[in-house]
Amino acid sequence: MAGASKAVTDSRANLPFVYRQYSAEQLREVLYKMYLIRRFEEGAEECYTRGLIHGTMHLSIGQEASAMGICMPLAEDDQITSTHRGHGHCIAKGAEVKRMFAEFFGKTSGYCKGRGGSMHIADVGKGNLGANGIVGGGIPIAVGAALSSKMMKTGKVVVSFFGDGANNEGAFHEALNMAAIWKLPVIFVCENNGYGMSTSTARSTAVKNIAERAAAYSMPGVIVNGNIFSEVAEASHQAVARARAGEGPTLIESKTYRHRGHSKSDRNRYRTKEEIEDWMSNRDPITLFESELREFGFIDDKGIEAIRDAVAQEIADGIEFAKASPSPDVRDTGNYVYTEQA
Amino acid sequence: MDAMVRELSYAQAIQEAMAIAMDMDERVFLMGEDIGVYGGAFQVTGDLVERFGTERVIDTPISELGGAGVAVGAALTGMRPIFEFQFSDFATLAMEQIVNQAAKMRFMLGGEVSVPVVMRFPAGSGTGAAAQHSQSLEAWLGHVPGLKVIQPATPYDAKGMLLAAVADPDPVMIFEHKLLYKMKGPVPEGYYTVPIGKADIRREGRDLTIVATSIMVQKALDAAAVLESEGIDVEIVDLRTIRPMDKQTVIDSVKKTSRLMCVYEAVKTLGIGAEVSAMIAESEAFDYLDAPIVRLGGAETPIPYNPELEKATVPQIPDIITAARDLVKGVR
Repeated sequence: MAGASKAVTDSRANLPFVYRQYSAEQLREVLYKMYLIRRFEEGAEECYTRGLIHGTMHLSIGQEASAMGICMPLAEDDQITSTHRGHGHCIAKGAEVKRMFAEFFGKTSGYCKGRGGSMHIADVGKGNLGANGIVGGGIPIAVGAALSSKMMKTGKVVVSFFGDGANNEGAFHEALNMAAIWKLPVIFVCENNGYGMSTSTARSTAVKNIAERAAAYSMPGVIVNGNIFSEVAEASHQAVARARAGEGPTLIESKTYRHRGHSKSDRNRYRTKEEIEDWMSNRDPITLFESELREFGFIDDKGIEAIRDAVAQEIADGIEFAKASPSPDVRDTGNYVYTEQA
Repeated sequence: MDAMVRELSYAQAIQEAMAIAMDMDERVFLMGEDIGVYGGAFQVTGDLVERFGTERVIDTPISELGGAGVAVGAALTGMRPIFEFQFSDFATLAMEQIVNQAAKMRFMLGGEVSVPVVMRFPAGSGTGAAAQHSQSLEAWLGHVPGLKVIQPATPYDAKGMLLAAVADPDPVMIFEHKLLYKMKGPVPEGYYTVPIGKADIRREGRDLTIVATSIMVQKALDAAAVLESEGIDVEIVDLRTIRPMDKQTVIDSVKKTSRLMCVYEAVKTLGIGAEVSAMIAESEAFDYLDAPIVRLGGAETPIPYNPELEKATVPQIPDIITAARDLVKGVR
């Protein structure tokens, strides 16, 4: 979803950042992808309920603007590390939903050939180095990828997504410190959805805003409304520019909310129905973005309808692809433990 | 044409291997605590920073988990890091990155990536550093599919196995006994590798197989010299790699001698001795055994500070001699 655009026109001069930065076509593509993330997760949830997908999954429904906004300025060979709630990041970085569905179905055509599932979804070809089952596990790895970029002078920028829960892991602090002392091209993106499983940030985290922790590592700490695509994308643009210029890391706190529970075992006893309802009705990132697009004249109802239909088709095709794909042979269980050597 | 062979210490051999690897491949670099101007806690990196600069000999903060993770991430994205833990005990701080990330990344991603990271662990007792700086934790990591775990016992192997580790596409964990760092031995100049996953018969014998690891190889050789004067002919297998283990060399040796003793410094139970013993019990060599298998390992205690207690905690040469004598004479 690379890049810069020509489209800074006078008529858009007073509009929010992304409407000045990107073409109408690019912005409609963003809406498409936000719907694709939403419908992918709804589709996966339904397949899970019907027993077609086993294990568990962590849905990011309600956080789509965060994934899309952060990935907006990234080039295809820029890299990300993701989290257990990583389906949106994967799609935002360019993955095909059919191969994601195939992975969730445990099929050989899946991104991890059925070995990883939802929690380890990756798309190395598009720069997604993988979701991670360990909270904070991907943060030092992202710093290592940024060190590679610096040492090999590839110019790549690396984004490390993590949640609010990870900001209390030692790995977070160690990684931010190293990225800062070595001025590495990495962006730390804390998607703060208010709860680490059931424990609210108010109960778990000594600072009011996680972005404040950036001060401890002498890097900019930026707070954005994670449900407003333009705000997220603007912060990401600035952080990417800073990283590419060799000025070092940035911590972005993207404040958002997950509509669903933590995972499939969640009985939702730690938040009120009113709170969830408020976020769903009044702060839904897709609704907010769609309204802006409509208001600023980038799309009309027909255009939105067309996007919804096309997404529904891609999701249906993806699920069919997954169903029709072969399962791995049990005799191949030992594959990929070590690199096969000729 | 034979390369020139000199006497080098084990530490010098490792340092030479790292320098050769860095000369050969610009992707190779070193990371660790105080490995730059300080030269490493055991002077293994020595003056390499002067030769390769601070960009390739990187002092990390005291952040074992984060540092290991950075090494894993760099390996995942095209570099060839060699990460030094100041003491192997500090692996406990980094187990997450070693066990959950480095070991499993390739598998979890269906073979789409590899993690060619080398981690070095100064290990073992005998330096008076007490319980938190003296452990032998190689079996912990040996339990994890996806890792390769090696324990070179000589300067020659230390150099050749480190170069093999750097060339290996998968994570290789090297446990270096601290008391071996000053041990001298013949080391050829230039590049050579010693394969990972191959044991070595250090001494051929008829009466008893001793499978030893790391510093216990030399102790077993010293014990064997004494036992020879008593007419006991010991075969010594230096395991060298604990994962993947060279089972066949051990099986063949036991079939020849009909007796097996395992000698290792780590805590005796649930360790390498148990694995080797069980492997033999499951193999065709079982029928060849003339006596129960014997394990000589570390005591079931943390390593104590007092030097006499410390020595008593791990197998010593007289312990090996006594145990071998009893085993061959059927006392057990």
